[in-house]
Amino acid sequence: MTQMLDQIFVTAKLWLMGYIPAAAKPLASAILSVVPVLIAFPLLFAITTWLERKGLGRIQNRLGPNRTGPFGLLQPIADAIKSLTKEDIVPLRADHAVHFLAPVLLVLASFLGYAVLPIGRNMVIVNLDAGVLYFFAAGSVVELAVFMAGWSSRSKYSLLGAMRAIAQMISYEVPLVLASVVVIMQAGSLSTVAIVEKQTGYTGIFPHWFVFTPWGFVGFALFMIAATAESNRSPFDLPEGESEIIAGYYIEYSGFKFALFFLGEYLGMFATSGMAITLFLGGWTAPVSFLTWIPSYIWFFAKLVTLIAVFIWIRGTLPRLRMDQLMNLAWEFILPMALLNMLVAGVWHFMPSGILRWLVCTAIVATPCVLFSARLKRKKRLQVRTYIFAD
Amino acid sequence: MTAAFFILAALTVAGTAAAMGLRNAVHCVLALTVGFAGVAALYLQLGAQFVGLTQIMVYVGAVAILAVFAIMMTHKPGEDQPRIFSSHWVVGGVVAAAVFSVLAWAISSSGTANQFPPPEPSVTVLAIGDSLMHTYVLPLELMGLLLTAALIGAVVIAMDRREETK
Amino acid sequence: MTSLQNYLILSSLLFSIGLAGALTRRNAILVLIGIELMLNAANLNFIAFWRYGPNPSHLTGIMFAIFSITVAAAEAAVGLGIILAAYRHSRTTDLDQMNSLKG
Repeated sequence: MTQMLDQIFVTAKLWLMGYIPAAAKPLASAILSVVPVLIAFPLLFAITTWLERKGLGRIQNRLGPNRTGPFGLLQPIADAIKSLTKEDIVPLRADHAVHFLAPVLLVLASFLGYAVLPIGRNMVIVNLDAGVLYFFAAGSVVELAVFMAGWSSRSKYSLLGAMRAIAQMISYEVPLVLASVVVIMQAGSLSTVAIVEKQTGYTGIFPHWFVFTPWGFVGFALFMIAATAESNRSPFDLPEGESEIIAGYYIEYSGFKFALFFLGEYLGMFATSGMAITLFLGGWTAPVSFLTWIPSYIWFFAKLVTLIAVFIWIRGTLPRLRMDQLMNLAWEFILPMALLNMLVAGVWHFMPSGILRWLVCTAIVATPCVLFSARLKRKKRLQVRTYIFAD
Repeated sequence: MTAAFFILAALTVAGTAAAMGLRNAVHCVLALTVGFAGVAALYLQLGAQFVGLTQIMVYVGAVAILAVFAIMMTHKPGEDQPRIFSSHWVVGGVVAAAVFSVLAWAISSSGTANQFPPPEPSVTVLAIGDSLMHTYVLPLELMGLLLTAALIGAVVIAMDRREETK
Repeated sequence: MTSLQNYLILSSLLFSIGLAGALTRRNAILVLIGIELMLNAANLNFIAFWRYGPNPSHLTGIMFAIFSITVAAAEAAVGLGIILAAYRHSRTTDLDQMNSLKG
């Protein structure tokens, strides 16, 4: 019964394929694989906008939207109607062709990343042999779309925002890739399906996820920091900070194109979270061995919603980083930490399994973190925070 | 020739011709990106998956961004560009046409018109990694050295040496 | 079925387009882009010969293409650095105006 529920989408697709003539089978197979992803993730986007506004509101000690429907649940529909009916203003001096194509390219590149994410058991759109490389290649096209948006508007603020955004994205792309190389080293394959297969299996009730190892934990933390920076989310949202540069590189966009930028950014965030889940959190596997009867895709989406909630939480809690602080963090801490993590993964691989391996690896990765926080405390950069709540 | 090859080839040639012929430099680089993507698609069609994805990641994601950054930093606004081709464009065009005609004649008089592909080889990334570590380990190490030298060299050359900005 | 000849003609066409651009454009950056195009055309040649050749399991074509992409990226970085330095000196990227060694 649970097996049938787990594979329900796969069997539905096979049943539908039976009705299609042989000549159209490849095309129909591709369409049937892609359409559910195209429906599910924008739906998740709509839910996330509601979750974000409510969540941020509560963190900031206020209610979020609560007028449209019960608890503001129809707010995404109101937002959609607003953005579709707003007038589409294009500046007179803007480069019209590039101005039009920039949001299209952004959404296209963001959607392309979903092709290699295994959403459930046997549920990946295409099992590429170099799946992780494909994902990062699709992510690097986003930078070009950001540049196109900023440059084509022919406005100082948008160009400045685009330059900052690209500098930030290329700085954090290197730690992102290096943090995932650790997983590739241990799994021995670039295929996302093989990486998830390596993380099935339980010792007692604990899963074999890569996040429960020293190198995996550090790698996951670095991957999430780099992913926050890659999708321009707070605390790395200087390129689009609303109080700083108004909206950065999409300042001259209105109406539906603005909604497309929003969609593209959130889809990028979901895709990177999905990759973090695949690489570190075990993909579609259950966290404890007695809960494996719950279908695999439910676990994937549960983990995805958890990571999105963590993103929203971080956005509401931490202040924005300045540009030089951001770049210093990338090149002087995150990148050396990622390289050290690779060393630790190598040590882990060659030491015999046991408690000594855990102690050695944890000691190697904990030393820079302890030194870094000691340095911050000594220079009084980190202080105890006090909170004042409104009544 | 198959329809897929024809479409990809047309896309690539159109992109690169636009890259070399357009007036605005940023439009040239964007057209070049289309050309690079077309070449990457041709690699994927030939079955070289790793090279095709590396092409997108390196060329579209890095070289094109470098080029647009350089254009931004060397762009003088308001400077009109009446001529985009240099004063001896005739010679350049003739040389390029001559090169193409010689190459095309050499290719069409060879026996490659009837050479069709053997069955698709299964190239895994594991095989590429194996050969990088065993057969090609010396070029790999030299690449590391070369990239380090290029990184440091590019930063030093492009660095702003004015002391008063410190 | 595409034969090898089609790929070779395509790569020679790309090469000559890149050559034409590198020889005739005024902007130094576009000349560099022409050089990148020529390198791409040569890579396409390598991959085509690897696929249609007698021994694809030797991976020689793929290896050469990977190293060529690496070297081309490094060369683009250094070349653009040189162009920036030259721009800072002579305030122009027009190659027709950078025709004297004095200064």
